[in-house]
Amino acid sequence: MPPRLTMAQWTDTQTALATTGYVASDDLAMAVHLSLVLGRPLLLEGAAGVGKTEVARALAAMKGCDLIRLQCYEGLDAGHAIYEWNYQRQLLTIRAGEDAGAVFSETYLLERPLLRAIRQPVAPVLLIDEIDRADEEFEAYLLEILSDFQITIPELGTIRAVTKPMVILTANGTRDLSDALRRRCLYAHVDYPDRATELAILGSRCPGLSYTLSTQIVGFVQSLRAEDLEKKPGVAEMLDFAAALAGLGVNDLTADPVILQATLATLLKTQSDRANITTEVAQRLAGRAA
Amino acid sequence: MRGAVTRFAARDEGPAARLVGFMAHLRDAGFRLGVGESDTALRALAATPPQAEAVRAALKCVTCGSAEDWARFDVLFDSYWRSGGRVRTKAVPSPSAPSHTRNGRSANGQSDGSGTADSPETTPGTEAETGTDGRLIASTVRNLMKKDLREVVSPEDIRQAEAVARRLGAALRDRRSRRARMAKRGAQLDLRRTLRAAIPTGGEPMTLRWKRRPDRPVKIAALVDVSGSMTLYARPFLAFLAGLMRADANSDAYLFHTRLVRITEALRDEDPLRALNRITLLADGFGGGSKIGLALERFAATYARRFVNARTVVMILSDGYDTAPPETIARAMQALSRRGCRIIWLNPLKSWRDYAPVAAGMAAALPHVDLFAPAATLEDLSALGPELARL
Repeated sequence: MPPRLTMAQWTDTQTALATTGYVASDDLAMAVHLSLVLGRPLLLEGAAGVGKTEVARALAAMKGCDLIRLQCYEGLDAGHAIYEWNYQRQLLTIRAGEDAGAVFSETYLLERPLLRAIRQPVAPVLLIDEIDRADEEFEAYLLEILSDFQITIPELGTIRAVTKPMVILTANGTRDLSDALRRRCLYAHVDYPDRATELAILGSRCPGLSYTLSTQIVGFVQSLRAEDLEKKPGVAEMLDFAAALAGLGVNDLTADPVILQATLATLLKTQSDRANITTEVAQRLAGRAA
Repeated sequence: MRGAVTRFAARDEGPAARLVGFMAHLRDAGFRLGVGESDTALRALAATPPQAEAVRAALKCVTCGSAEDWARFDVLFDSYWRSGGRVRTKAVPSPSAPSHTRNGRSANGQSDGSGTADSPETTPGTEAETGTDGRLIASTVRNLMKKDLREVVSPEDIRQAEAVARRLGAALRDRRSRRARMAKRGAQLDLRRTLRAAIPTGGEPMTLRWKRRPDRPVKIAALVDVSGSMTLYARPFLAFLAGLMRADANSDAYLFHTRLVRITEALRDEDPLRALNRITLLADGFGGGSKIGLALERFAATYARRFVNARTVVMILSDGYDTAPPETIARAMQALSRRGCRIIWLNPLKSWRDYAPVAAGMAAALPHVDLFAPAATLEDLSALGPELARL
């Protein structure tokens, strides 16, 4: 098979991601690898805090290129996502009596993330974060850009992509995405990491922790996720928790119930979750994790 | 656990054909795949080392499009490629006869005709699921009573209800969009268009252009209780649901008794009678016991995550008589209201004189309800318009 001689293996992608500090599961690594090889956008879905956005960061670090991020929100429109004219400057120029015809030129164009992404000399990673928060109209517009990688500005003409950015979209299911968008993308569902993966993540981010404490932390957080919580702690919360414990000089999770209860502030972010995980529950979970 | 690799018949055309067969296999299971995906899959395989796990991961990210697909893929993959050394006579199923038997089996809940693997939905005792395409998949819960909905609702009812549903929808349509549009007069100056219009006048903005936030329709998600105690009122409510679905393409409809069923797709059927027929099939257990709390909890945990947002009105039509403890309802209602939607509870019993919400479930739900109103007939529903507009 000739392609295998020229192309990097998907396991290489996994290793390269790992060197940037991102521990990817096999499925995810394969999805990232294929989206690089096939030049297709990658749609990542999963609960908040499982590390979807982090994939884009790791990828940018791995390829040594820029990360351009577009955070979606309800009401996001072309003026914020693609381009906008610099009206103040245009008005001043016209007032100054200079050539009014020139106000619709490059000088007066404000690049927004999507336009910037396709005009980079080096292909960047374009992260379209929480696409499900934007409305359907914007999704349709995005679809057009993702398929042709060109943007038409009526006053200037069509701008073609200089380089094709590597596109990552994330969604956490606020609303259903259109079939058209899903079909344009490769798909990966990101779950909370399993025990071994989470341990590896903790090891790569907080290398100073003792092995026993690391296993305790991971075990505790994993069993906490199994509890009936409103907001399950994500990977970032787990790392905060570890940093908090390390900062307080804790060596054993079960040693001091008061400290454990206090550091839960890094993991549980709603009032009812705090109320549900009482000192007894926390001690039981910590005891089991040990 | 996993079977040996499937053997293919000698006259089979080769890997590409087998892959196409696999795509058809996934399509049968409800995956939405086109020709383009087959092409992508082939190209993906060219970039993948020939190891089973790598191939599985590669095909997974190409063919899956949602969390449900993602969860079901592994089983489907194994049942096609690792069917225990069984010979697969034809990689590509011919469109005629075999697909027939296949459909027959999928109605039984096996998502696939050839599978030795267990189907993902066969956990005993759980509530039935509707698939992504609205198909009902295996249920172990038995119904207490069977009722043909066509006896309950007539097409005339639906036509009347359609008019009512339209009016209600219009009454609810008062939320402004956050996205500004050009308008004759409005709250914000549209600088872009103003400036464009200023060019002919030498840069002097003679005519000002405005933009404002246009009206955005709210979505309605209606949940109708069709348990035994509600049988009397099922007729107007079901007609209302059918009318609502036909009047408003953005709305959603659900039935619940001992379980929750999404009937949006079924109700959108062009033929009202056929729509009712389809619901009859879905609403197995109609007129049985009621588990409002569980149904609502399930709604909040599944469909609501996808379809309910701050621009949604959740309409619950129920008498609030529940067999489960009221805490369940309270919890479900709390989870639901946290999605930012407005909740309307229409109770047919409320129109009775001296009615007090003594049913424990009803009392538990009330703190989370934005509007609690009586509704027993289509006329009652139609009279709700002004109240809804005030929400």
